[in-house]
Amino acid sequence: MTTLVSKTASPRSVSGWRSAQTKRAFLTVLGWSVALVIFFPIFWMILTGFKTESAAIADPTLIFSPTLESYQAVQERSGYASFALNSVAVAFGSTFLALLIAIPSAYAMAFLPTKRTKGTLLWMLSTKMLPSVGVLVPIYLIFRDVGLLDTRTGLIIVYTLMNLPIVVWMLYTFFKDMPKDILEAGRMDGASTFQEVFYLLLPLTLPGIASTGLLSVILSWNEAFWSLNLTTSNAAPLTAYIASFSSPEGLFWAKLSAASTMAIAPILILGWMTQKQMVRGLTFGAVK
Amino acid sequence: MNRTRASGRTVGGLRTLLLQAPAVTLLLLWMIVPLGMTLWFSFQYYNLLMPGMTGFAGLENYEYLLTDPALWAAMGNTLLLVGWVLAITVVGGTLLAVLFQQEFPGRGIARVLAISPFFVMPTVSALVWKNMMMHPSNGVLAWLAESIGLPAVDWFSSLPLTSIVIIVAWQWLPFALLILLTAMQSLDEDQVEAARMDGAGPIAIFFFITLPHLKRAISVVIMIEMIFLLTIFAEIFVTTSGGPGLATTNLAYLIYIRALLDFDVGVASAGGVIAIILANIVAIFLVRMVAKNLED
Repeated sequence: MTTLVSKTASPRSVSGWRSAQTKRAFLTVLGWSVALVIFFPIFWMILTGFKTESAAIADPTLIFSPTLESYQAVQERSGYASFALNSVAVAFGSTFLALLIAIPSAYAMAFLPTKRTKGTLLWMLSTKMLPSVGVLVPIYLIFRDVGLLDTRTGLIIVYTLMNLPIVVWMLYTFFKDMPKDILEAGRMDGASTFQEVFYLLLPLTLPGIASTGLLSVILSWNEAFWSLNLTTSNAAPLTAYIASFSSPEGLFWAKLSAASTMAIAPILILGWMTQKQMVRGLTFGAVK
Repeated sequence: MNRTRASGRTVGGLRTLLLQAPAVTLLLLWMIVPLGMTLWFSFQYYNLLMPGMTGFAGLENYEYLLTDPALWAAMGNTLLLVGWVLAITVVGGTLLAVLFQQEFPGRGIARVLAISPFFVMPTVSALVWKNMMMHPSNGVLAWLAESIGLPAVDWFSSLPLTSIVIIVAWQWLPFALLILLTAMQSLDEDQVEAARMDGAGPIAIFFFITLPHLKRAISVVIMIEMIFLLTIFAEIFVTTSGGPGLATTNLAYLIYIRALLDFDVGVASAGGVIAIILANIVAIFLVRMVAKNLED
C-alpha cells in the first residue's frame, strides 16, 4: 500500500514541486512589485530630502551625492523644532487626557455593565460620525470668543474629544478580553476598586492600553482639518507647517521632503509596530 | 439575600454612572453644543462682514445654498470623489489582501511597505504627489511618460478631480488592505483545503469562500471610509484650493469657503447641517452593524 502510494505520487510531486516553485516565484515578484509601487512616493520623498534643490527637480535618478543641507536649512530657517514641539505636545497631551477620561468609563462598561451600557457605547460611536466640517463654524466662533484659537490647549481639547469614542471602544474591547476570574480573585482578597484597577487591571492590560494610546497619538499627529482651521502660527503643528509649502509654487522640493520625512518618520514607525492591534480601534471592534 | 443583591445592583449602577460620567458628559457637550449652534445659525442672518444684518432668516440660508450652483457642483464632486475612491480601495484592497495572504519570501516587509501610506499625514501625501509625482515637467510621472514617448500630463489642470482621487485612494487603499488582511486571518484554512480537494480553482475559491468570508469586513471598510471621505479637506486645501473653478470643490471645502473666506456663518451652517445629514445616513447603517456585532 505504502509503496503503491509513493510510486504513483513521486512523478506527480516532481511536477507539483516545479509548479509550486513557479507559483512562489511569481507571487514573490508580484507581491514585491505591488508593495514597492505603493511605497514609491514615500521612498522618493525620503530620497529627495537628501538631494540639493537643483538635483531635486532634475531628471529622476537614483545616483546623486547625498547631502544634509536641506535638513539643516529646514532646522535653521523655519523653526521646524517649534512646530514639531507643538505636534508632540498636542498628540501626547490629548492622548493622555483621553486615556484618563476613558479608562474609568471603559472599566465600568466592561466590568459593571448595566442595561444601558450597549446603548452608551453605540451612542459614543455615533458622536464620531459627526462630520467635523458640520461643526466648524460654532467651534471656530467659540474658540475665537474664549481665546482658544491658535493655542495648543484648544487643539488638545478638540483632539481629546475627537478621539475619546475610539479610545473608550478600544479599551473596552481589551478590558472585556481580560479573564474576569483574576479581578474576582482580587476582590475576594479584599482589594478596593482603586487597588483592583491599579494593581490588576492596568498592569495586565498594559499592552492594550499602549496600543490604544499609540492609535490616539497617530490620529492626533496626522489630523489636518482642525489644525489647518484653528491654528495660524503659535500652535501650528507639523500638518499645518507642511501645508505652508503649498503656497510658493515650489522649487523647495528638497526642503519639503526633508521636513516631511522628519514629520512622518516617528508615526510611520509607531504605525508599523501597532498595525495589528490598531484594526480593533479603527473598526470599533467589528473586525478583530 | 434578595435585598443585598438588589442593593448591590443599585450601588453597582451608581458606580457605573459615576465612572462613566466624565466621558459621557464631555461627549454630550461636544455633540450637543456645536450641533445646536450650527442648527441655530443656519436659520439666522449672520455674516461677520455685515455686522448690522442679524435676525431670523427662516429658510433663506437653505434657499440660498440650495439654489447656488456651487452646492450642486460640490455635491457632484463629493459623490465622484467618494465613489471612485471607494471603488478603487475596496476592489484593490480585497485583491491585495488575497495577494499578501499568500506565502512568499519577505512577505512581512512587503506588507509593511504596502500599508505605510495610511500613516502619512494628509498634507505630506498631497504635496509629495502634487510636486514630486504629478508635476507636469519635473514629476516622476511626467518623466516616465516622456521616457516611453508619451506626452506628459498636466495632472492638476487637465484632470484635477482625478488627481485628487488618485491621492486619496493612495492613502486609503492601505486602510482597506490592513482591515481586510486582518479579517483574512480568521478564514478557515480547512474549508479552503477541502474546496481545493473537491477541485475548486483559485477563482472559485475567491468568489465562493474568500469573498463571503470578507463580506462583513468589506462593509465595515466601506462605511468607515465613507464617513471620512465625505469630508476630505486637507488634500484639496494644499493642492488645488478647490479649483480650477469649482472642479475639485467638495462639500467640506465649500463650507470652508463660505465660513472662513466669505464669513457667511448662516449659509456655512446650513451647509454644515446638510453634511451632518449625509453623514448620518451612512452612520445609521454602520452603528446597526456594530450593534449586531456587540451581540455575539
